[in-house]
Formats: sequence, C-alpha cells, structure tokens
Amino acid sequence: MGEAAKKQWRIEIDARRCKGCNICASFCPTDTLELKGITMDVKDIDSCIGCQLCDIRCPDFAIQVFPL
Amino acid sequence: MTTEATARTVPYKEKKPFDYDPYLRQGKLPHIWCAGCGHGIVLKSLLRAIDALGWKNDDISMVSGIGCSSRTPGYVDFNTMHTLHGRAFAFATGVKFANPKLNVIVTTGDGDALAIGGNHFIHAARRNMDMTILVYNNYIYGMTSGQGSPTMPEGAVSTTSRFGSIEPPFDTCELAKTAGATFVARGTAFHAQELEKTLYEALKHKGTSVVDILDSCPTYYGRFNKHKNVSEMMKSIEKDGTISVAQAAKLPPEKTEGKIVRGILHRAERLEYCDGYQNLLDRVQNK
Repeated sequence: MGEAAKKQWRIEIDARRCKGCNICASFCPTDTLELKGITMDVKDIDSCIGCQLCDIRCPDFAIQVFPL
Repeated sequence: MTTEATARTVPYKEKKPFDYDPYLRQGKLPHIWCAGCGHGIVLKSLLRAIDALGWKNDDISMVSGIGCSSRTPGYVDFNTMHTLHGRAFAFATGVKFANPKLNVIVTTGDGDALAIGGNHFIHAARRNMDMTILVYNNYIYGMTSGQGSPTMPEGAVSTTSRFGSIEPPFDTCELAKTAGATFVARGTAFHAQELEKTLYEALKHKGTSVVDILDSCPTYYGRFNKHKNVSEMMKSIEKDGTISVAQAAKLPPEKTEGKIVRGILHRAERLEYCDGYQNLLDRVQNK
C-alpha cells in the first residue's frame, strides 16, 4: 500500500509579500517550511501533505500550495 | 442581498489555494501590518466567509475607524470608508440607513470600539441595525506604540501600564449582549477555519452581529509581555487560552476557569432597525 503514488504539491512563496513571521513553519504539521534569511522557504517539499494550513494562517497573502 | 447558496462547504477545505485576488486591491499590497500580526489572518477568514455567501463586491460596504485594524478596508475592493476614531458605527448606521440593500461590515479594534467608540458601540448594538461588527482584539493600541486598551487583562504590561495593569478588563461579548446585539460570537486568529464559520454565520444574521476576535500584536503586546515570538504568543493566548463553547459545556467548571470561551455565544431574534423604520413609515403615511 505504500506504493500508491503520493500526491505531489508545489508551494509558492511570494518574497515581496512574505515578512518572515514564521507562523506557517511553526504550525506546519509536517515541518515542510523554514525561515531562510528574512523570508520563508521550502525545506522539504516531499513531506508536504497539502493541508493548506500555512495558506490559511499566512497573514500576508504570501504562500499558496498547489496540487501538481 | 444575495442568498444563493454556494456549492462549497464552510469552512473552505478544498485542496487547492483559495483565490483572494477578486476581493483585494492588488496595488495596495503588501499591507502595512507588522510581521506576525493576526489582522491578515482575520481578513482572509472574512474574505472566505464572504465568498461562501456569494456576495458581490459592490453589495458590500466596509466601514472602519482608526487603528491598525481599521486599515482593513484599504485592502479590499468593496465600497469602503475609513472614518473617525471610534465613530465607524455612526457612519455605518448612516450607510445602512441610506441604502438598506448594502451588507455593512464594520472592522474595528478593541480601543476603537470600546474606549473611544464605546458609546457608539453600545448604541449600534441597541438599535439592532443589520451590520456585522468585527472587533479585532489584540489588547493594545498598536498604531500608537502600545498603550493599554479596555480589554487588556489585569497584570498585563503596556506603554501606559509599565508595572502591570490594575484595571479589570471589558468582556466585549458580555457588553454587546447586554447592549442588545442579537448575534454575539468570539473567534481567534489561530482557529482561522472556525473563525471563517463564525463570520459566515455572523454575516448571514439579520441584525447587529458582534464578533470579538482575539489576535496577536507581537510588536508591542508580545514584546512587553515576554512572549518569545508570534507563534508562541498565538499558542499561549489563542490556542491554550481559549476553549470552544462545546468543550466548555462538557468540562467541569474548574477546568474551564481562566479560559476564554470562543464560538457563538448568543443569538436572538428582534426587529431590525431599518424594518422598524419602514413599519413606522407605513403606519404614519397610510393614515
């Protein structure tokens, strides 16, 4: 059952809007995001489960998670 | 007023990003709120709730006073007004009275609504005019560098209470309920999906709806009160500091002590002000 293709996601972070508050990374259930410099970055895209919680809690309209 | 039901569920749980762009003034973004400010989360919840109701941009009027929270209408593509400090309710009353077809939303802060606009707030609630009042409650006046507001908990540090506040705080929901608001609820920025659902119900309700929304001001309140960062602040104040109505009903009183109850707290039916005025016109003019 582990062979079933895991759904893939693409995370888009708008660096002009992101203020690096770290809310998305702190409340990400799978630890997919990290703070790099002054904006957020994707640490491990394979761990993303597409729950959209980062998008919902981003105060800056900066992050979006698209299904591939 | 559109009442058509949309296909999607509330809260938004689809596995693709929600499109906020039709509701936003793109040229105004990024917004001025600090990194980690909860106001953006509240705004997004509001936009999702509006989308679920299927309201058109031109059918909505958003009115605000002064403060960080009152910057909200600047970013949304509705009929917006940025008015006097604390007097947003008075302007909103005028807007609704002039055009009862508009869906009026008031975004205001804790200081704006309860200190400077306290008088207008209780009378807006008393008249039961059909408007939705969002009180962004971060315990502090963020725009003017962190003076304490009337909702600040006892013992909290602010610019005007350097050694801890000695004043008992206002409970926004109790005040609104007593003043006569017919829909009273509380949400938090942390529970954004629950907030969306609460706002959906509040917007749908005919009559004055007051939603008290706890969100965080990491720049002033967090810094003064020894919160390490915004995530820790959201966890301690909004997640661990609150309890839902359903949970509060199940648990014994000693376990819910000190926690703030969130959810829909009060709902009543009463004659709406514009309807009352129409009744008056009918009665007087037909004689």
